[in-house]
Amino acid sequence: MTTDSFDKDKTLDQENALQPKMVTVEIDGKTHQVPAGITLMKALWYTGKEVIRGAGCLGGFCGACGTYYRTKDDPKVKTCLACSHAVEDGMSFSFAPAFPARKATYDLTQLKDPKQDLFELYPEAPLCRNCNACTEACPQNIDVREGVWKAVFGDFKAVSETFMDCVMCGMCAPVCIADIAPSLVAVYASRAYGVREMEKPPGLFDRIKAIEDGQYKEDWDRVLKMTDDELQQTSANI
Amino acid sequence: MDIQALHDVVHTSRDARRKHTLPKFSPAERDTLIKKYHPDHRESAYRPIVFGPNEGDLTVRELASLLEGESPIPADLPLEPDHAVDVLVVGGGGAGCAAALHAHAEGAKVLLATKLRLADSNSVMAQGGMQIAVAPNDSPVQHFLDTLKGGHMKNDHDLLKTMVEEGPSIAKWLLGLGVLFDRDADGNLHVKKGGGSTKERLLTCSDYTGLEIMRVLKDEVLNQKIQILEFAAAVELLSDEDGACTGAVLQDLDNKRFVVVAAKIVILATGGIGRLHIQGFPTSNHYGATGDGLALAYRIGAPLVQIDTFQYHPSGGVYPEQLVGQLVTEGIRSEGGHLVNVNGDRFVNELDTRDVVSSSIIRECEEGRGVRTATGRVGVWLDTPLLEVEHGEGTLDKHFPAMVRQYERYGVDIRKDPVLIYPTLHYQNGGVKIDVNSETPVKDLFVAGETSGGLHGRNRLMGNSLLDLMVFGKRSGLTAAARVKKATQGQLTLNHLQRFRAEAQKHGVTGQMTSPMVLPAYTRTQNA
Ligand SMILES: Cc1cc2nc3c(=O)[nH]c(=O)nc-3n(C[C@H](O)[C@H](O)[C@H](O)COP(=O)(O)OP(=O)(O)OC[C@H]3O[C@@H](n4cnc5c(N)ncnc54)[C@H](O)[C@@H]3O)c2cc1C
Ligand code: SF4
Ligand code: SF4
Ligand code: FES
Repeated sequence: MTTDSFDKDKTLDQENALQPKMVTVEIDGKTHQVPAGITLMKALWYTGKEVIRGAGCLGGFCGACGTYYRTKDDPKVKTCLACSHAVEDGMSFSFAPAFPARKATYDLTQLKDPKQDLFELYPEAPLCRNCNACTEACPQNIDVREGVWKAVFGDFKAVSETFMDCVMCGMCAPVCIADIAPSLVAVYASRAYGVREMEKPPGLFDRIKAIEDGQYKEDWDRVLKMTDDELQQTSANI
Repeated sequence: MDIQALHDVVHTSRDARRKHTLPKFSPAERDTLIKKYHPDHRESAYRPIVFGPNEGDLTVRELASLLEGESPIPADLPLEPDHAVDVLVVGGGGAGCAAALHAHAEGAKVLLATKLRLADSNSVMAQGGMQIAVAPNDSPVQHFLDTLKGGHMKNDHDLLKTMVEEGPSIAKWLLGLGVLFDRDADGNLHVKKGGGSTKERLLTCSDYTGLEIMRVLKDEVLNQKIQILEFAAAVELLSDEDGACTGAVLQDLDNKRFVVVAAKIVILATGGIGRLHIQGFPTSNHYGATGDGLALAYRIGAPLVQIDTFQYHPSGGVYPEQLVGQLVTEGIRSEGGHLVNVNGDRFVNELDTRDVVSSSIIRECEEGRGVRTATGRVGVWLDTPLLEVEHGEGTLDKHFPAMVRQYERYGVDIRKDPVLIYPTLHYQNGGVKIDVNSETPVKDLFVAGETSGGLHGRNRLMGNSLLDLMVFGKRSGLTAAARVKKATQGQLTLNHLQRFRAEAQKHGVTGQMTSPMVLPAYTRTQNA
């Protein structure tokens, strides 16, 4: 993806150009030199680590790569997604281990009252002590604490909106002093909202019926009889 | 020139660009452009496959080597089953979850084995949306024609008709599971227009369509207590004396042990090939997209179709370096974002099909109208701030929160400045040949999702893949569940592997790579 015929003047200025500047990072307590600007994930590979657990989509969507990190001289340990966060000089980091949070199982179509049933499925949810640790632990900057309260108050629509960014990394669960796994509560509330509260889209059901009633049969017969040339003509002209 | 000066070219040309609509290329122009610039037409990247079901067919070198590769299984592996099930589903993406849920719902005993965690997949990353003809001015027939046109008329008509007709019922199924598709004020499903489509047909969950679908499917697979094996990669299939598929050998990635699964039916749903980095391209795909299913199916004798064509998504990240190859959602172009060269000019109708748009970007860059980064990469601008100008401030935050976040992490504000893009290896257009029930010519071996081929022709239309997964995941699951009720478990042998090895030898093929690849080798082994 490079070309020779380019105007040198139209080159984007970028730090760490062709000769990468190196930075010092600490991975699992061990010091390494890695090129500046690469992701934490690439730093792991660069330092010879084989990654099996801890990598998934490599694009910030799956939550496999939840990581604890600390920047130089700052006591605060923060969280990030290793595939989507750049190394900095003096940074220390380690993958977060898997956490055995409990997921309730349910049949959404059979629940009597999803808002009440939440308290049976996740009896710990209303015990939130408002410490806000979950929000601080979320690499997606979701207001997790607020979301938990919304779920408890039965505002499932708001829960679904709050957690639309949730990549299910689970970083909010180990910090919770009330043993709540907020993202699991959120999936329940969000699905319950979709299944039980959202109205059915009328146009969709009309379309399904039209297909079942064979409304497109004539069109299909016409189209499927066409030669490749005729098809090409027809689809080019629409 | 510094970045601000380069940005300014985009800012100052914006108003002039807004006044013009760019016509689409004529069919002849499209053809010339693609032949000259699309990577599918780079002859030196291709070679014939030496042996096996597709002997003599041309494909990219990376895939040819994978298909001819050597199985990690020793010929004398004891085939005592560790698990015995009705249906083994391999792969925990959209196609695998759909297949498992439908087969389970019909009473089959299902085991779902996946290489990483459940839902770590390409499916979870889909941002653009899912094509289903639900709008009043649209129809399945229209969807069929658009897809054919996008696929250069090479799509399998039966597969395609099946997909477009079942689309609406899939939307109903997903809504019934609680997937929150975007809605219009009247409660109807909101539809957007995707590249290469004549009608608004893209169902979305903001720009988290795949994530929302996978969150729900994963939750449901867990609710249904379907047996799952994570970090278990299928590395070989098993066959009986008649050549039918009877199970698989998995490798536990934690302890490297082989796990033998006896199954009356195997459904391969292992996704795409981006991590083979065909022709050296960066990729948008997930860590496990190494084409394993193609290699497994090929060894047991299933022919592949259209494996000479791949999709290079027009908008892969170029800058900053951390985003190289990562997908920049097509939704930006669907909502009117322009592609702009270094001079501030548009050069293609942004809603043309992916192969055309990618080819035109490669043309701009090869002819010196690209923007070059200090790391030697080159790309063109995608004018994101235009959306704020056209549709009002806050549009990007509202419609593209994932993308805003994707760039914010590296200090780029896409509301204020455009982003640099270049095509990235995105999708395998072809794959294992299947029939309308997703079965391959090898009895009891089904393939669903990106691993299968034929449906999309030579270029998949945006948004058709998510529908493909759901439709053929469902059909494979239902067909399998119906068949296993009457079927008995066949013998477990490696006869096909013996034949395959003999053929390799006959053709003088030795010293092949180990196949499947399972994970790409990114770990640096020596000090540079
Ligand atoms: C970034 C991105 C954005 C996209 N956006 C869209 C979009 O907006 N609309 C659209 O329609 N399509 C989109 N696509 C395409 C679409 O998402 C994929 O084609 C589709 O998700 C593939 O689904 P699948 O179930 O076949 O495979 P995947 O979802 O990739 O799942 C395959 C699964 O199999 C597992 N696996 C692989 N090998 C093995 C093995 N040997 N043993 C066990 N398990 C294995 C993998 O780990 C994974 O879990 C996008 C793709 C990408 C990469
Ligand atoms: S809400 Fe919890 S699981 Fe979801 S992204 Fe934030 S920390 Fe991760
Ligand atoms: S961490 Fe637990 S207790 Fe604290 S605010 Fe979050 S949910 Fe409540
Ligand atoms: S690997 Fe998926 S979020 Fe990082």
